[in-house]
Amino acid sequence: MENKSTRSLYMIPYVIWIAFFVIAPILLVLYYSFQDLNGNFSLTNYQNFFTPIYLEMTLSSFWYAFLITLVTLLFAYPTAYLLTKLKHKQLWLLLIIVPSWINLLLKAYAFLGIFGTYGMANKLLEAIGMGSKQLLFTDFSFVFVAVYIFIPFMILPIFNSLDKLNATYLDAANDLGASRWTTFRRIVFPLTIDGVKAGCQITFIPALSLFMLTRLIAGSQVITLGTAIEQQFLVTQDWGMGSTIAVFLIIFMFIVMFATGTKRRRARG
Amino acid sequence: MDKRISPLSRIFLIVMFALLYLPIFYLIFYSFNSGGKMYGFESFTLDRYRELFQNTRLLIIVLNTVVIALLSALISTIIGVLGAMMINKVRSRRARDSLLSLNNILIVSPDVIIGASFLILFTIAGLKLGFYSVLLSHIAFSIPIVVLMVLPKISEMSPSLLDAARDLGASRWEVMTKVVIPYITPGIFAGFFMALTYSLDDFAVTFFVTGNGFTTLSVEIYSLARRGISLDINALSTIIFLITMVIVVIYYLITNRTKKAPDMEVFK
Repeated sequence: MENKSTRSLYMIPYVIWIAFFVIAPILLVLYYSFQDLNGNFSLTNYQNFFTPIYLEMTLSSFWYAFLITLVTLLFAYPTAYLLTKLKHKQLWLLLIIVPSWINLLLKAYAFLGIFGTYGMANKLLEAIGMGSKQLLFTDFSFVFVAVYIFIPFMILPIFNSLDKLNATYLDAANDLGASRWTTFRRIVFPLTIDGVKAGCQITFIPALSLFMLTRLIAGSQVITLGTAIEQQFLVTQDWGMGSTIAVFLIIFMFIVMFATGTKRRRARG
Repeated sequence: MDKRISPLSRIFLIVMFALLYLPIFYLIFYSFNSGGKMYGFESFTLDRYRELFQNTRLLIIVLNTVVIALLSALISTIIGVLGAMMINKVRSRRARDSLLSLNNILIVSPDVIIGASFLILFTIAGLKLGFYSVLLSHIAFSIPIVVLMVLPKISEMSPSLLDAARDLGASRWEVMTKVVIPYITPGIFAGFFMALTYSLDDFAVTFFVTGNGFTTLSVEIYSLARRGISLDINALSTIIFLITMVIVVIYYLITNRTKKAPDMEVFK
């Protein structure tokens, strides 16, 4: 009655999506990365990438992504840990997540006010006698806002892995005379490393490619790979160079994903 | 388990929560400032809200954003459900894994790369940048998350359920609409909501593929913010915050009602 071809009709939209919106864009980026400004095949973009300007930019982009991930982790882990000890922990967790549902741009915009010359942060600095400072358009404010943006995404996987932790292990460690620090170092942290890895992956890759935060908060102080791509595509209109940076960003992304191992959870920023 | 946490930890948590909500309430607070700046609160006023509702340009942009979000969530949910069914049919583990990897590429890719590559794609295809390019992009990056939300539901469905339906004389169409779809509804809802939030939240991809004539809220806020501070944005953010809270509550109720919906960990 039903032949095979009509039965597979339902697959068409999804297969089209994979072909046109997953595979084709990657191939196109790869193709454009080998084109110079006149549309000829060339390796000049790759040569350009290995000049000090771009290498330095890549390094600084990595440095900031690393810094952001580290600071986020340092604040997220204790928060997640304490959350698991609370009574209505799922509700508290939801309250952590809610800010992440507010449009990113609005949050960045709020910091324009908070870090502004007469904003709240400077009022606070004056009150404790440090005097007002230029906060906006510095790398400090950039890292601060980025950490603010990413922290819910870091807390979530860590919370989940802490929550799954079998409490009897802790009792066992306690009974066998381990101090609280030893218990944490030898048992809790190793058993929740998957959550930490997932959180770092969720933070690090978007942190490499942020561009609107850099533009709004850091001014010209910080240039990330994301800013460079945006610049090449939308300002300079040099799609070839933009694609080349994108190719490297994709390669870095795979390296980070490979390094952080867990293939189960994924995210976008 | 004991619930003791030290006072120090308690303070730490309170500070974290305060910091998380500070920017949002900061925005809302100054939306009532008659001074027109995000500092030096002068006196309470609702002028910003009045201005906002007379600002037809901004209202049209809000409308655009909502239309794009609803349409893209709807279409990507349909395609995503079909995709999940297809992946579920694949028996070989390796083929299944590679399909899933392909599926997940757009979830892990940085937005900048998605935006840039879609810009190339649309330009080559000769599609004029504007409403349709934005809509297509939003559909494209929402499909994989729908698949991820629906797939677990489909694969946990027992085959004997389908056999029973067929034995009782259900046609393929009836099996689909009377058995499969009701069973995976929680997954479909979760996928739809995720697609909705992805679309509403997106800035980078839209920024790349939108032309001159068409803007969504994120892009508009970006260009306004680059020019400095305008308290209209504050008034708008109050409204957005309230709407978000309503959506959160609805989502919370739906997922709690349909007990076994995908748990929080799938969120991001």
